[in-house]
Amino acid sequence: MPTLGADMTRGTLVEWHVKPGDAVAKGQVVCTVETDKGAVEVECWEPGTVARLVAEPMQSLEVGAPLAFLAQGGETVADVAKATERMAAPAPSAAAAQPAVTPAPAPAPPSAPPPPEAHVRASPAARRRAEELGIALATVAQRKPGHAVSIADVERAAAERTAAPSSAPSSAGAPAAAASIPADRQVAMRHAIASAMARSKREIPHYYLGTEILLERASAWLETRNAGVGVADRVLLAAVQVKAVARAVHETPELNGFYRDGTFIPGSGVHVGIAVALRGGGLIAPALHEADTLPLAELMRRMADLIERARRERLRGAELTDATITITNLGDLGVETVFGVISPPQVALVGFGRVVRKPAVVGDAVVAARVVHATLSADHRVSDGMRGARFLAALDRLLQSPEALA
Amino acid sequence: MPTREEVRQAVFDAIRSVAPETDTATLRGDRPLREQVEIDSFDFMRMLVFLHERLGVDVPEGAYGQLATVEATVDYLLGRLTAG
Repeated sequence: MPTLGADMTRGTLVEWHVKPGDAVAKGQVVCTVETDKGAVEVECWEPGTVARLVAEPMQSLEVGAPLAFLAQGGETVADVAKATERMAAPAPSAAAAQPAVTPAPAPAPPSAPPPPEAHVRASPAARRRAEELGIALATVAQRKPGHAVSIADVERAAAERTAAPSSAPSSAGAPAAAASIPADRQVAMRHAIASAMARSKREIPHYYLGTEILLERASAWLETRNAGVGVADRVLLAAVQVKAVARAVHETPELNGFYRDGTFIPGSGVHVGIAVALRGGGLIAPALHEADTLPLAELMRRMADLIERARRERLRGAELTDATITITNLGDLGVETVFGVISPPQVALVGFGRVVRKPAVVGDAVVAARVVHATLSADHRVSDGMRGARFLAALDRLLQSPEALA
Repeated sequence: MPTREEVRQAVFDAIRSVAPETDTATLRGDRPLREQVEIDSFDFMRMLVFLHERLGVDVPEGAYGQLATVEATVDYLLGRLTAG
């Protein structure tokens, strides 16, 4: 069970996407795990062949507990399966990075509170999907006696229902809130946010800087660029801002990375956390990897994809843990300025407000111009206001030459 | 050529594609959509992609200002569809 966030101690296996005998590559999604921040797709961090699945759907496991055993190198699946058979006895281990050779601690008993349809075995994600689609879990479960209902089962049942319109219930009478996050999940997410933010405010001596950035050039450049392409290929200003931030930290690398055990560890790459507000409440900031090197069109595609997957709970484990700096953009909500709270163990957060038209001095004239408030919250243990100011100045400069951000 | 009702339905479907919790029956067609539904600029773009696929109308960026309410959006789309 990997750790999928600074404060995660347990996770619940939702479903396996592989079975014994399957070859898995490094980075391949092998299972879905439920955390306080929602369902996450977990990638395998070593190549091999699945020998034995230890965790069962709906099982809650401590971080570090083995999920499965892999056969690697010359090992055969049968040998590994046999050798690990007796390893279900308690043997607490923190060696989460080496699941193939680590003895398995006894899986903890399922700790999930019994949901309304508790008599039906189903993953939390499947329950939620069933709720969204108005599918009765019990009906789906009847088709697969002895098996936990998965998202795929629910979606199949929904697809069959759609194919047979005579039996399709009207959605008009469904409660409007059905599609939003269930109440118990909202409570869990609130706790996760509370814990991370309280830790941030307790441990990180924040300092805050803000500046107004003229966006007339960037906006005009973007309008020209977007005028020539279809709606699916247009780039939003938010993507330009991400690229500019990712480039600006090149000049102040002490804003990009982690603070751990009293030391700053520079990020290996610029992985920008994008704060995404979830429908029905809550917040998550998955990482957009290598944002500084992505061509703008690609960055836009990935950012849109990341936001959509965050809302559909289809994020990858690495996306929850890799962010080296976070951006929060409250412009769409009408706010002009946001001073954010740093997400530990990161050391900086950049905020953007709404783009507004204001009288601005350009050259010697006062003109109506689009401007945005950019802010920086940074960790004073790692950087000083002078460096933070330099970052904002770099950000401003980069946004004045938008074509260089393409 | 879709009817006004069909175009309105397409707009509702587009809204629900990004904000599935929306009860379109209670939406006020004459009030700004963003005051009634939580839609950010990424959602708005996805709605436009949806409408493009459904109705074949590609809304240029310069016309975004004409799509503030449901009814204004329907008017705009119908205008474009009529113009061919």
